[in-house]
Amino acid sequence: MDTAAAVIVSMMAAATPLLYAALGELVTEKSGVLNLGVEGMMITGAVTAFATATITGSSAIGIVAGAAAAMALSLIFAVLTLSLVANQVATGLALTIFGIGLSALIGQGYVGTPLDALPKLDIPGISDIAFVGPVVFGHDFLIYFSFVMVGVVAWFLYKTRAGLVLRAVGESHDAAHAIGYPVIGIRYLAVAFGGAMAGVGGAYLSVAYTPMWIENMTAGRGWIALALVVFATWRPGRVLLGAYLFGGVTILQLHGQGFGLGIASQILSMLPYLATILVLVLISSDRALIRLNAPADIGKIFRPAS
Amino acid sequence: MASDDAAARLALTDICKTFPGVVANDAVSLTLGPGEIHALLGENGAGKSTLVKIVYGVLRADSGEMRWNGQPVQVASPAQARRLGIGMVFQHFSLFDSLTVAENIALGFDEKVPMRDLTARIGEVSAHYGLALDPGRHVHTLSVGERQRVEIVRCLLQNPSLLIMDEPTSVLTPQEADRLFETLRQLASEGVTVLYISHKLEEIRALCEAATVLRGGKVVATCDPRTETARSLAQMMIGGELATPVRSGADEAGSERLTVRSLSLESEHPFGTPIRDVSLSVRAGEILGIAGVAGNGQPELLAALSGETLCPQADSILLDGQPVGRLGPRARRARGVCVVPEERLGQGTVPEMTLSENGFLSAYLRSGMLRQGLLQLRAMSRFASDIIEAYSVMTPGPATAAGSLSGGNLQKFIIGREILQNPDILIAAHPTWGVDAGAAAAIQQALLDLAKAGAAVLVISQDLDELFAISDRLAVICEGRLSASRPTKDTTVEQAGLLMGGMFDEAGEIIETHAA
Repeated sequence: MDTAAAVIVSMMAAATPLLYAALGELVTEKSGVLNLGVEGMMITGAVTAFATATITGSSAIGIVAGAAAAMALSLIFAVLTLSLVANQVATGLALTIFGIGLSALIGQGYVGTPLDALPKLDIPGISDIAFVGPVVFGHDFLIYFSFVMVGVVAWFLYKTRAGLVLRAVGESHDAAHAIGYPVIGIRYLAVAFGGAMAGVGGAYLSVAYTPMWIENMTAGRGWIALALVVFATWRPGRVLLGAYLFGGVTILQLHGQGFGLGIASQILSMLPYLATILVLVLISSDRALIRLNAPADIGKIFRPAS
Repeated sequence: MASDDAAARLALTDICKTFPGVVANDAVSLTLGPGEIHALLGENGAGKSTLVKIVYGVLRADSGEMRWNGQPVQVASPAQARRLGIGMVFQHFSLFDSLTVAENIALGFDEKVPMRDLTARIGEVSAHYGLALDPGRHVHTLSVGERQRVEIVRCLLQNPSLLIMDEPTSVLTPQEADRLFETLRQLASEGVTVLYISHKLEEIRALCEAATVLRGGKVVATCDPRTETARSLAQMMIGGELATPVRSGADEAGSERLTVRSLSLESEHPFGTPIRDVSLSVRAGEILGIAGVAGNGQPELLAALSGETLCPQADSILLDGQPVGRLGPRARRARGVCVVPEERLGQGTVPEMTLSENGFLSAYLRSGMLRQGLLQLRAMSRFASDIIEAYSVMTPGPATAAGSLSGGNLQKFIIGREILQNPDILIAAHPTWGVDAGAAAAIQQALLDLAKAGAAVLVISQDLDELFAISDRLAVICEGRLSASRPTKDTTVEQAGLLMGGMFDEAGEIIETHAA
């Protein structure tokens, strides 16, 4: 594998957890719910997936378990904010703190346990082709599946009736309620989907990206995923772009550190964040774009009259 | 078209609905026949909206019976109401701004309709009723009248046999309203029953053949509005004499107090309307009315006048000849400008704070409610009590949170708060919007009295009747441009309607056409 291909492959791996978490959060936010607990759901997904994979010996079961655990966590959030109308921002922050603590507790016995990484696609002959082989045919199934999910989410939101209803609920819950859509029920589903996707993103970290469990191993990726949704102005295609931009800068600066550039490594480590902030600011300056895509009722409490 | 119960499309019997602390509907009965246009009248809080929401399945009645074509029904949801054939056009539009017209309409259907079929059906209905619509446009780019068309077409596509309209004309120009009436008459002639809620009594007289009047949640009268006068209808609603605003009128206007010179401003809101080359002047002792359909630059003009938005040049706005364009709201208030903003909650008051605190926030510069940085609690409470008494605000007292007042009552409080500061210049936006007839008359009288006492008053309103009743001169804002002002007594409603449709030239004078 030549260097360029290696860089691209590692960039894709770095982008994938962000892509999952951000896609899930995008759907949640499109329904009008702001769940700031992405980081907590990711890390819970990561530890559950790792533990389950270690016990059962199956990465696939581990990933499903990770998604389920994160979804369970997101449903706590949904009960608190949707049924008991708690403040979404405060509850989301609490969910993150809770998730980090919970994952440390669950993961205690698994620190330093080895695990086989998720197998990569290996088609004899084809995967060996220079550059194209590793870049196109050399990944684990979660990376391919993440692309499928970008398409599915975009298709669902913009081509199906259910997606239209979900967007309508996020745009104006009062109007949607007046026409007769079950606002709360739709939001429960959207929050649960967001949780499951954050769980898959976390699981990718612990069973594929770096197949081991380290406390706090998501290292703020949940927050980046949240930022990506805004940066992408709530469009799935741009979430893909944003995730790969962040992943790309992350890997490039790592290689930069490896080559011994005369820049302090701390500064290089800042680059992915700086790049994301810069793009975020630039995109946010186009108010029309934001207005058209941002769910207008995001974070607002919905209390139907009886 | 009186209808016996057997032929009735909708018959409500003894509908009751109680909210905590309020009886919204108390044994309301109502019968509607096929092809009937029936008005539902009442003051704010009389229970009209509650009743139609029960019919449409948004709310559930505590007791009472509803019959639909003779059969008893329980409407549990709007979806079920639509299946029965009940359609509703809401007072506050239930549209989704960032979706397209076709998507908005698709949301009104319970079953899946392929987009292509839907577009074709939208075209058919639009053509049949003369309601032009472009299915591909985003709703936020539409004018208010066009938005209402979307709502109506959405209803009509379901072939309703009962159409409920909640204050549909409050946002329309007179010409747009006439067009709506033609559509409604056409529907009625095809057998559709229309239940029509409005504050505008003249249009009810022109359109409806029966009326039910609610007061305090009870049916107090039924009548044929065609044989009543607007005054007699209003008195049925209030249950007492209606005071008509009295204009003294004889006084000559004094010196120019407020002047705007060629003001152009970009809007701060992404989909707002920029102000383009607006000039106006208000003299002491007169009321200048600014008419216009919502969304034509009124919030932007108001923000520029109050100081919420600063002007690029200081001399774009003059107070008594002094440039104030770069001064903020506080500095302008200190110079005697009081403002009644558009939004009652948020702009006009802090909803969570009490009335006396809200009174203080606006009036502390011009009264003794602040001494050495300390709140004078007793003076604050007295000021709020004075407002409550003088403007008959219905509230337990000055310690009540502003947000708990009904819209009309809060409006009375805000108007009173600004007028009791004895402003030299009062700028009021939609002073009687959503306020019932009795309270509206009191507010209009207060504005007239204020002008008579020598203040310069600028009223921005969508209600032409109101502007004709109180203003001395009238100008119209359309797409951010302001027409030249004309003496109200030399202006007809038709001319004002033309101006509201933007039919004025560079100099702000009317373009007469016969096409309209």
